[in-house]
Amino acid sequence: MGQGFAESGADLELVGIRKRFPGFTAIEDLNLSIPAGSFFALLGPSGCGKTTTLRLVAGLEEVTEGRILIGGKDVTATKPYQRPVNTVFQSYALFPHMSVLENVAFGLRRRRIADATGKAHEALRLVELDHLAARKPAQLSGGQQQRVALARAIVNRPALLLLDEPLGALDLKLRRQMQLELKAVQEEVGLTFLHVTHDQEEAMTMADTVAVMNKGRIEQLGAPSVLYELPRTVFVANFLGQSNLLSGPVIGTTADSISVDVEGTRIVVPRSRAHRHRGNVTVGVRPEKLVLGFGPPEESAASNILGPGRVIDVSFSGVSTQYLVAIAGVGTIVVFAQNIGTGPVASVGVEVWVSWRVEHGFGLEDEDAPAPKFPSDTDTATIAVQKKRALMSEFGDS
Amino acid sequence: MTLQEGAVLAGAVTNPPGRAHRRRSGFRLGKWLLPVYAALALLFLLVPIAYTFVFSFNDSIRSNISWRGFTLDNWLAICAAQEVCESFGNSILIAVAATLIATTLGTMIAIALVRYRFKFRSQVSLLLFLPMATPEVVLGAGLAAEFLAAGVQKGIGTVIIAHTMFCISFVVVTVKARVASLDPALEEAGRDLYGSPAQVFWRITFPLLLPGIVAAALLSFALSFDDFIITNFNSGAATTFPKFIYVAAARGIPAEANVVASAVFIFAIALVVVSQVSAAARQRRLAKGT
Repeated sequence: MGQGFAESGADLELVGIRKRFPGFTAIEDLNLSIPAGSFFALLGPSGCGKTTTLRLVAGLEEVTEGRILIGGKDVTATKPYQRPVNTVFQSYALFPHMSVLENVAFGLRRRRIADATGKAHEALRLVELDHLAARKPAQLSGGQQQRVALARAIVNRPALLLLDEPLGALDLKLRRQMQLELKAVQEEVGLTFLHVTHDQEEAMTMADTVAVMNKGRIEQLGAPSVLYELPRTVFVANFLGQSNLLSGPVIGTTADSISVDVEGTRIVVPRSRAHRHRGNVTVGVRPEKLVLGFGPPEESAASNILGPGRVIDVSFSGVSTQYLVAIAGVGTIVVFAQNIGTGPVASVGVEVWVSWRVEHGFGLEDEDAPAPKFPSDTDTATIAVQKKRALMSEFGDS
Repeated sequence: MTLQEGAVLAGAVTNPPGRAHRRRSGFRLGKWLLPVYAALALLFLLVPIAYTFVFSFNDSIRSNISWRGFTLDNWLAICAAQEVCESFGNSILIAVAATLIATTLGTMIAIALVRYRFKFRSQVSLLLFLPMATPEVVLGAGLAAEFLAAGVQKGIGTVIIAHTMFCISFVVVTVKARVASLDPALEEAGRDLYGSPAQVFWRITFPLLLPGIVAAALLSFALSFDDFIITNFNSGAATTFPKFIYVAAARGIPAEANVVASAVFIFAIALVVVSQVSAAARQRRLAKGT
């Protein structure tokens, strides 16, 4: 085996990865580069191909096409036990017939690393479970099992640590606590983390870089704040937080902005924040950026105005209140108003206007799908069926 | 001894506490009818075993049918009746060999059937059930015909082959259930943690399947040791213990056969008791650990 502990994390590079299962394609032409030492999150709905990507990197699945490089070395053809990669499984996959200590020392013993027991104790101390080293996994709580799974992986100092929704089975409070612990461990050991999750909040709080995956492709990649403030596609705008999306043809462009006609209302978006400048453009704005008004606000070049509309629903959620405003021809607009006691309090049926500053809007690359949108929580089986149908119709045409 | 115990047991359950007699008459009937019925059923099951055990101490001459007095000679010199020892040895040899082969092959087949997708997988699964559903007489006769056609000399070797054949089915069924309940992620974790395929099998898969494999092996051993019909068709001149008893029954079974049967019975009971006690001790240890 030869390879010892990784001194630090290593780069991961995926080049032109394609993974086909019988009947459907899970991943289409995936290119990804994760710099060493970063905390990278793959975010997407179930069935988007994120777990498959992880399994390909771990070597538990074989790629149909493409190459996988870890630290510049091509590992595409190697077996899982030959890769400097460890995984924290969704189900933890702790060996039930071994004690916690034996579980953690398993990887070290396979590589014949000296003082496996001592190192295993050290890893258990890192996750504060050393006092339970003699127990069997079945005698631990869910959170403790999760920490053992983490210790069992990081004790090997892999160049790359893969996390397959490891917090999915925990309750909310424990999840928050584990998110912080994971982040702290990552900073402490300095490894490259690749974290797969469908929880957008988890991805945004923990990762340096988030890649949003949909239907086997990466829709957008970037820092969490960039993804949130400037989504590129309809899918990202809706999957990462909520968005109000409006479509219309571009009716005018200036040096630094474009104007879109939305059912007779002129909406201005900064040119730098729009991914398309011609034809039909879908523009969007986050609900918390909107301001509610009881009268028509003053027209100005610095803001967009929609209205009048009627409040059709008010729901109070503590820090903010969510209003649903129906505007004729435009549709339903979601507004989040912070409960700071100074703004107006609208009730259902009241006539209102909504406005937002021009620089808060964004223009998307693709258009809001006219057909019923792909439900974001579609399972793998449904996707498989859909992919199969698409493939069959493709063959039928040719 | 067992007879007396049974009688005491029956006496105890047929005399319920006096208070129960004051209840409704219909209920009173149920109160004694069920225990008596249960006691009789137990007695019925135990009498042949008790008989075998008691008569292993009989000071018999040629046949072991009438009681002629107590002796320990039969137990002290089991191999005095040479055929008893020889046939018992053959049976043990056949059972051990058939169990080893059937358990090894059966476990491999079970893992393949659950873990891998291949052509005719479900058909293979179905075919493996056939030996269990086919009457033994047909199976035995069929095999005998095949050995004859192939010109194979019948003996202990052919019996081992025959027993392996029907034991495999039971092993596959038993181990398959265990494999199906094994989370594939455990083996994946083993591979991920630098375990080579062989290491993953011996350190993870095998220990987790072991209870199923042991159960399958015990079942195979019992089935093989006990088998008469298939053995009779395929053994030729070789004698196994059941075959010897069957032949001897016509002219009187030697008391040494009773000794062997009783010893096997006692050994089996002791095995069960030991495993139960050790399991209970393990439970207590685990409970103390938490």
